[in-house]
Amino acid sequence: MIKETRITLKNVGKINPESIDDYIAAGGYAGLKKALKMEPFSIIDEVLDAGLRGRGGAGFSTGTKKKFTSRSCQTCPQRYVVVNADEGEPGTFKDRVIMENDPHLYIEGTIIAAYSINATKGFIYIRGEYTGSIDKTRKAIAAAYERGFLGKNILGSGFDFDLELKLGAGSYLCGEELTMLESLEGKRGHPRIKPPFPAEKGVFGAPTLVNNVETLSNVPLIIANGKDWYKQFGTERSPGTKIFTISGKVKNPGYYEVEMGVSLRELIWDLAGGMSGDKPFKAALLGGAAGTFVDASMLDERMTYDNLREKGATLGSGAVIVLEEGDSVYDMLYNCLRFFKHESCGKCVPCRVGTSMLAKGTEKLRNGVPDKRALLDQMVHESEIMAATSLCPLGQSPILPLKSAARYFAEELTK
Amino acid sequence: MRVKRISPEPAALLVQPSVDISLMDSLIAKYKYKQGNLIPLLQGTQELFGFIPREAFLKLHNDTGLSLSELYGVATFYAQFRLTPSGKHMIKMCHGTACHVQNVTAITDELLDFLEVKDGETTSDGLFTVETVACLGCCSLAPVMMIDEETHGKLTPKKAMKIVKEIRRNEAL
Repeated sequence: MIKETRITLKNVGKINPESIDDYIAAGGYAGLKKALKMEPFSIIDEVLDAGLRGRGGAGFSTGTKKKFTSRSCQTCPQRYVVVNADEGEPGTFKDRVIMENDPHLYIEGTIIAAYSINATKGFIYIRGEYTGSIDKTRKAIAAAYERGFLGKNILGSGFDFDLELKLGAGSYLCGEELTMLESLEGKRGHPRIKPPFPAEKGVFGAPTLVNNVETLSNVPLIIANGKDWYKQFGTERSPGTKIFTISGKVKNPGYYEVEMGVSLRELIWDLAGGMSGDKPFKAALLGGAAGTFVDASMLDERMTYDNLREKGATLGSGAVIVLEEGDSVYDMLYNCLRFFKHESCGKCVPCRVGTSMLAKGTEKLRNGVPDKRALLDQMVHESEIMAATSLCPLGQSPILPLKSAARYFAEELTK
Repeated sequence: MRVKRISPEPAALLVQPSVDISLMDSLIAKYKYKQGNLIPLLQGTQELFGFIPREAFLKLHNDTGLSLSELYGVATFYAQFRLTPSGKHMIKMCHGTACHVQNVTAITDELLDFLEVKDGETTSDGLFTVETVACLGCCSLAPVMMIDEETHGKLTPKKAMKIVKEIRRNEAL
């Protein structure tokens, strides 16, 4: 029987999210105070050695990202930090939990990140639908300015940092880091070609560090308690904890923070109370629409970035949507593929045409084509071409739910 | 793709309720010289009027120098922006994957039938506009709808109808 290990969620429900005093009394801003006495490069090294990986879904080393950003373009007058709080992946609400319940934690992480790469300006990009997160964050920023954690000469260190809240206007694609930068500049949400990466040329052409809310929430803890403390959690290659958000046919849907490396079985039965009805487990969609289906054979696999990738699945954002026997994987897949079609920005051809073709193909699977198996194979092949040729992760994503559904549930899809 | 966001009836864009565009002056003063001001300007305009009127586009263009094509391009790209007036209350039905599993489609259909509108339309009394939207991030409460700023979870068709009826009753008072 596993239990939750709450480190980034340790204050949730225990402090008043609108009180900076509560946060400070719970040990808040200790990480920042310590960081401001350290050399910026040693902060980066600490995060690098702690093995923190991006919690937005890609799992890239946060320390490496910081290192790139701090070293690029030494002549650039301005560097930026952008907080990716545009949580739009279906089934995911981990960042909302942090923002609504403990907003100072990720703001502290943002300030430390800014100091470590010498950024003097930052943006928090929250999706417009997250009214609660927007409200709490706005108040937290104001309180942090009042106490001298933001603004000029932070805590007498000589370091200046301004943080501004920006609201998304309703586009899934803007959660992709380069597209988010376009949106911050006031443009349509079309992705940029990379390279250059944000570390070299980000928002307004300046080196920019883009980090997810959950990722940044780990930073103050790593700095305050040290990398060795952090590495006691999780596995060797995926240290720390992860917030999973479980929905669908389980007794207690919700958010659970656990050490990296727990299994799906433990998540569903130990934490989420098991299946909600009498029917047995059929499938789970891991990582949202841009995620993968798994069946019961995967219940005991360790949920780490690398292990799941080796098994053809993804950890993604930590979303887990559970289906019971009798639920339709076909319907879910169709929902995901229609979603991609709707959210495709239309900039590049493989995605614009491909997402429409896949949605139409899925409809055909139910409207009597003679050889459904051949059609499904063809769709998987199309999604492979899209993955290889699309500009941004949106066009590269349909392959994830499609291929995994075809792998485990081909019979249902082609019946 | 997002082309659908462009209003199907250009005529509807010409017949618009008149608005007092001078209300935009303080908004424009605040953002005029800021980098990346286009989206906050549109958001502020929509907050004032509930949609972005034709005259507002012209005023933004004249007062800030942003090109009309950029303004229109951005306004038609993002789901948030409306070019026609909406009802007094916005009903957003979450059609994210988790809500889909919990059968939100059936609830949406019943609600649309009850209000006698199609997706994206406004009721004849001008009270409600119903829209299906992508994941609202309230998946543990699925299925979910958002009315204005408030989230209603664990919906059933009956519960959804009751909430809407109650708003209608309160409005009639």
